[in-house]
Amino acid sequence: MGPQFKTPVVVDALQTAATSIPWQRGSERKRMPNSSSPTQARSGPRPNGGSEQGRTAPRQTNPADAEVLTRAQAGDHEAFAQLYSLHKRRIYSLCLRMVGNVAEAEDLTQEAFLQLHRKIATFRGDSAFSTWLHRLAINVVLMQLRKKGLALISLDEAMEPAPEEGPSRSFGAPDLTLSGAIDRLALERAVADLPTGYRLIFILHDVEGFEHNEIASMLDCSIGNSKSQLHKARLKLRDALRSQKRSEERP
Amino acid sequence: MTGDPGKMSCEEFQAQLPELIGSGEDVSAHPHLESCDRCRALLAELETIAEAARQLFPSVEPPEEVWQQIESALKREST
Repeated sequence: MGPQFKTPVVVDALQTAATSIPWQRGSERKRMPNSSSPTQARSGPRPNGGSEQGRTAPRQTNPADAEVLTRAQAGDHEAFAQLYSLHKRRIYSLCLRMVGNVAEAEDLTQEAFLQLHRKIATFRGDSAFSTWLHRLAINVVLMQLRKKGLALISLDEAMEPAPEEGPSRSFGAPDLTLSGAIDRLALERAVADLPTGYRLIFILHDVEGFEHNEIASMLDCSIGNSKSQLHKARLKLRDALRSQKRSEERP
Repeated sequence: MTGDPGKMSCEEFQAQLPELIGSGEDVSAHPHLESCDRCRALLAELETIAEAARQLFPSVEPPEEVWQQIESALKREST
């Protein structure tokens, strides 16, 4: 099934949540794909290495989670603390992978949840809460990267790096293969060196386990764009891991 | 472009790869791969990278202080 490009009601809730995503340019906002599959918060990464079949089935919000959310929206502090407990690992991990620095990731996590506290009453349940919260956190992270001058004028630019930054194509003869295990430090280094937009999509999909329709909602891009950027991110990681390996093997 | 997926060039196959992978189809069964070691190796490497990301980057618990700071900030905001 191809993506159906409709603008669902969810867009209003998302806009309210993250009103100033730095890479959004009003006139160029892409229409959001149909993302009618609310996803309940996942407690951690889930398997997603191979087939994605079955990942697009609508997931219902767990009634217990929905109840906590409703209470938190009404200003119940204990319920807000529960929401924090439910989502802190994923939000903190996202921040950590994006900025690569523990102290900064802690500050960003704090800021994301403070923003959540300010805006939670505007969440209308049209999208999955975790998707909405992630969008808010991504906004906080991108603002920070922007402040540090690592920014991006727009996500479009981040997603379409200059040709020399893009992954190499693979039509030539096979040379070095990435056989066996990939070293964690090597992968961390390669991920840290990715252009921001690629890094974001790679972390959201391959590390956090979000589906393309969810990522498309968070980043205001099409599902096809999410797929193609993820593919480019993986190709670029492959290039980086190969060249790291090549330099290690050099006498 | 030929209509026969088995006769597709590497360039054509790789152009379709993001969509093929993202669709959840079993890409390894694609006819092009029966005769193309290079694209088969490419696909295996991309799968290795996705798998490595899942295994090597577990989610991390933020320190307790983060919540304490959030609570104090909320108290400040409410006064």
